[in-house]
Amino acid sequence: MGGMRWLRVNLFGDWKTSLATLMVGLLFMYWLPQLLDWALFRARWLTNADACRLDGAGACWSVVAEKYRIILLGRYPQEEQWRPLIATCLMVGLLVASCLRACWRRGLIVAWVAVLTTFFILMYGDVAGLSKVETDRWGGLPLTILLASLSIPTAFPLALAIALGRRSNLPAIRSLCTIFVELVRGVPLISVLFMASFMFPLFMPPGLSIDVLIRVLAGISLFSAAYMAEVIRGGLQSIPRGQEEAAATLSLSYWQTQRLIVLPQALATVVPGLMNNFIAIFKDTSLVTIVSLYELTGALSLALNSDADWRPFKIEGYIFIALIYFTFCYAMSRYSLWVEREVNKGKAR
Amino acid sequence: MKSPPKKRWSWRSRTARGLIYQGLAVLLIGLLFWFLAHNTARNMTVRGIQSGFDFLAQTAGFDIGESLFAFDSEQPYWRAFLVGLVNTIRVAALGIILTTVIGTLIGIGRLARNLLVRSLCGAYVEFFRNVPILLQLLMWYLLFTEILPAADAAWRLNTWLGPVFLSKGGLNFPAPVATETGWEISLPIQGEFAVEHGGALTPEFLALLLGLTIYTAAFVAEVVRAGIQSVPRGQTEAASALGLSRAHSMRLILLPQALRVIIPPMTNQYLNLTKNSSLAVAIGYPDVVSIANTAINQSGRAVECIAIIMLIYLSTSLLTSVLMNWYNAKAAIRER
Repeated sequence: MGGMRWLRVNLFGDWKTSLATLMVGLLFMYWLPQLLDWALFRARWLTNADACRLDGAGACWSVVAEKYRIILLGRYPQEEQWRPLIATCLMVGLLVASCLRACWRRGLIVAWVAVLTTFFILMYGDVAGLSKVETDRWGGLPLTILLASLSIPTAFPLALAIALGRRSNLPAIRSLCTIFVELVRGVPLISVLFMASFMFPLFMPPGLSIDVLIRVLAGISLFSAAYMAEVIRGGLQSIPRGQEEAAATLSLSYWQTQRLIVLPQALATVVPGLMNNFIAIFKDTSLVTIVSLYELTGALSLALNSDADWRPFKIEGYIFIALIYFTFCYAMSRYSLWVEREVNKGKAR
Repeated sequence: MKSPPKKRWSWRSRTARGLIYQGLAVLLIGLLFWFLAHNTARNMTVRGIQSGFDFLAQTAGFDIGESLFAFDSEQPYWRAFLVGLVNTIRVAALGIILTTVIGTLIGIGRLARNLLVRSLCGAYVEFFRNVPILLQLLMWYLLFTEILPAADAAWRLNTWLGPVFLSKGGLNFPAPVATETGWEISLPIQGEFAVEHGGALTPEFLALLLGLTIYTAAFVAEVVRAGIQSVPRGQTEAASALGLSRAHSMRLILLPQALRVIIPPMTNQYLNLTKNSSLAVAIGYPDVVSIANTAINQSGRAVECIAIIMLIYLSTSLLTSVLMNWYNAKAAIRER
């Protein structure tokens, strides 16, 4: 397609599209230079706070350079910060590996167990000469990634059981599962987190106290299990009835039918849906700030609220962590599109 | 009709096993609940925590920043919760209306022939969908409380109704007020320290409304786009064969048919917006969750307050689903 033709098709089809092009184009020409000027040309990169306050200074990225340790790692002791760094890299590596087709084998489960164990040993310490770091000092990106990725292996089995339960022909089990899903989906996550932080201690036998991180993790897992169960149920419903009937004529039992016939087909179709679920959980981990755990969003407030010099540049800090969230979520949504295409390959005609 | 032959009861029969499984499940859940309730009761007596909903009649002892009806700290807790509920409904209802309009426009824009419009709408969706709503709310709130001019030097915009002011104090606009003689329009005036008279919206409310609307609109846009794309291509072609313009075929042919696909996921987005409005607690807008949070800290009745939050959201969700199901039934295809 020639350049002129391309222009005509995409930008100047008739007078209405031309008008739209002109208007949007003019807006771009007006705003884009201003934005670039603020964000790049007049920005301060590695200066002190006073240089950012001068007239004519644009964005103050120095705040990120100055505070990145607290923003990314929270209140973790300064001299021990190599530990969360390695732990985070391991965890991200594991997540990336779990997404690659070449790694989809039994060994992956072993890798998950190994990496999670290493993660906790590195972060918590108290063995092998590492000093002990209580969970209330964990924070920043490692906490965000931990909350998001741990909620998958904990929520998935529960979600699977609930999804199967909602389609069971045993009325008591069906209604229990339905009630759970509808109850959880009807309330906001923040109320579940309040429950985990205020009410959970009351639920436990006297004398037994559970770490707030575990409580919050349990809350997030239960919450996401309900949503995940609905996605899986959608997949189960997409399998034609004839499949189960065929399995029955082969005299397979209920569990054999599910394990060998229904689930392999159903789970393949719901992978993109589960990915969307995971993106939602990743974003929702930011809510634990409200119950005073300092993950990425909380760590930013921690870094800037107490420092009067840098506090005026909080917006730059917000943009920085927004970019981190965006990078993770955007990568995941692209990946989910790829999986969708892969899954549908067999169905293409 | 012949009744089926009576089977001998056996452990190996499917019915028997079904009954056993169900009995076990119910028993387990029952035991779990008993265990939790028992522990809670014991913990409460040990720690001397009072329980019960009688605190709702006691004086609240805290003030609320904004309320549609008069409230002061002398009034009971239940009035405080009512204020919170009204505030939640106010922001959710306005948010739902705005998000539908903006989301639909952007969804249609993603299918535009114009490359600039198409990619601009695409960038909007990708950006706002992939950043947590809490972070967006905090950013809007920061913009409203730090970047805007102080209330004594508010931005002024003259509209045909009267002046509109925007400042750290919020948005002030001409609004009808009831007087003895009837309704009249009260115009905002720039005072010495603040903008006075007229209708006013606080920065907290604006930040929450804007954040929720812009975030949810990204999802609504995707819903609308998927809905329009679900209408077979032949419909568009048939419409253009009849000589309908693109705008006409969108309004008369595509959107009405897309509506059937759009309504169920749209309901989910409305519910999400309502539930996300609970994040108001992070920016200090007195919605029902913030009020409950304050009430927990003041009265110590955590169990009761959280139960109230959950009850309110559950009933709101249920009500919205019922309404949308009714609308869905109306919009569905009438088949023979």
